[in-house]
Amino acid sequence: MRYMDEFRDPKAAKAVLAKIAEVVVQIGATAEKPLHIMEICGGHTHAIFRYGLDKLTHPGIEFIHGPGCPVCVLPRARVDDCIAIAERPEVIFTTFGDAMRVPGTEKSLIQAKAEGADIRMVYSPLDALELARRNPDREVVFFGLGFETTAPSTALSIQQAAREGLGNFSVFCNHITVPPPLRALLSDPDMLLDGFVGPGHVSMVIGIHPYDFIAHDFGKPIVVAGFEPLDLLQSVLMVVEQIRDGRTEVENQYARVVPEHGNPVSLAAIDDVYEMRPSFEWRGLGEIDESGLRIRAAYRGYDAEAKFGIGYGAASRVVEEPGGCACGQVMTGRLKPTACPHFGKGCTPEMPLGALMVSSEGACAAYYQYGGARAAAE
Amino acid sequence: MCLGIPGRIVAVTDEARQMAMAEVSGVRREVNVACVASGPLETLVGRWALIHVGFAMALIDEDEAAATLEALRELGEAQEALEAMAAGDAALGERA
Repeated sequence: MRYMDEFRDPKAAKAVLAKIAEVVVQIGATAEKPLHIMEICGGHTHAIFRYGLDKLTHPGIEFIHGPGCPVCVLPRARVDDCIAIAERPEVIFTTFGDAMRVPGTEKSLIQAKAEGADIRMVYSPLDALELARRNPDREVVFFGLGFETTAPSTALSIQQAAREGLGNFSVFCNHITVPPPLRALLSDPDMLLDGFVGPGHVSMVIGIHPYDFIAHDFGKPIVVAGFEPLDLLQSVLMVVEQIRDGRTEVENQYARVVPEHGNPVSLAAIDDVYEMRPSFEWRGLGEIDESGLRIRAAYRGYDAEAKFGIGYGAASRVVEEPGGCACGQVMTGRLKPTACPHFGKGCTPEMPLGALMVSSEGACAAYYQYGGARAAAE
Repeated sequence: MCLGIPGRIVAVTDEARQMAMAEVSGVRREVNVACVASGPLETLVGRWALIHVGFAMALIDEDEAAATLEALRELGEAQEALEAMAAGDAALGERA
């Protein structure tokens, strides 16, 4: 039990693990017939691997790693569009560092930068705004990326740019929302999920009610969870207790940060700046209805899609994944990362072939990073 | 990107733009506090917040901040956030 030493409170963790095991036995789940619990958020995936929670919990629980890693679900065509914008001589293209190594059809942003495009890693869209103020003769484009956690920061930055009349700032908007892919996964007849661990920081923005359909329409439990290992274990316990008791509810384990109705300022900014696209492509999952945000006409001057004539049309062309890349099957829980023929060979975190190897929140990168530690622990 | 990092708000820097100085693991960084403001920004000074890509997104208490920071260090995410902040500062200084 090497992992146990690393818990802040190993005694509490052991107690929760024992309770989980007890409930799993009561349900009758086994290693051969496990409960499938999806952790939606990539941060949770990372924490589960870091602490070996999938090894510590009763073998009657199998974790399925959900679609909650924004760079992992970014379609290749959109990366290509980014590069096309970034390679324009008048443009300073700004992005979170996570997106730099995501492979496009021919290259990634980091390769485009090496070839001379002015691409700069920023910490915040506020850095991009400041760059626009300091470089009035250049077009500063921010790569808006992420779920509801980061969508408000981009929206607030656009509002600020509008207040200042900062005409040389725009956003290439790829913000996406968490609930629609869950609906898509639950509607797939092949998908056998028994419950969900819900994302903490997305829920901090949107509250817990956007998940009501999971409990009410699909009859599955979901528990919104924090990021400490004990939070995750407690949430798993709450999920299996619901299964045992035949309850399907939306519960909030992370109430110390997640308000029931979310953050009103963030929600107002999202509503003011964005509208739903009819559909948006998710790498590995395909087009999903009403799952992506675009910038409203009122802020058209700040929309890079309009400014550079890119739109969404360009992205709707189908770009095939590289041969044999199994990211799609891994993301839907049909395949374990290690079963992909490229895993650790043609596809590593240094030279990723598929998107799940790019970010520490991707299931493949997590398997790769913690593979050695796991072998030692077993 | 999604995990954020706890920081303590130490001063209001620009009331109109709703900006404040936060201290994150010893590093000072100007952040937007619109999402956690209710009333005069001065009342936020001394409070801890979860900061996501330069925006304070939730107020938390000091114990929660310490526990979260510890969890982020374990995941290597605290260092990643601090490096991203440094990269952001460097991007502003770059000349094309």
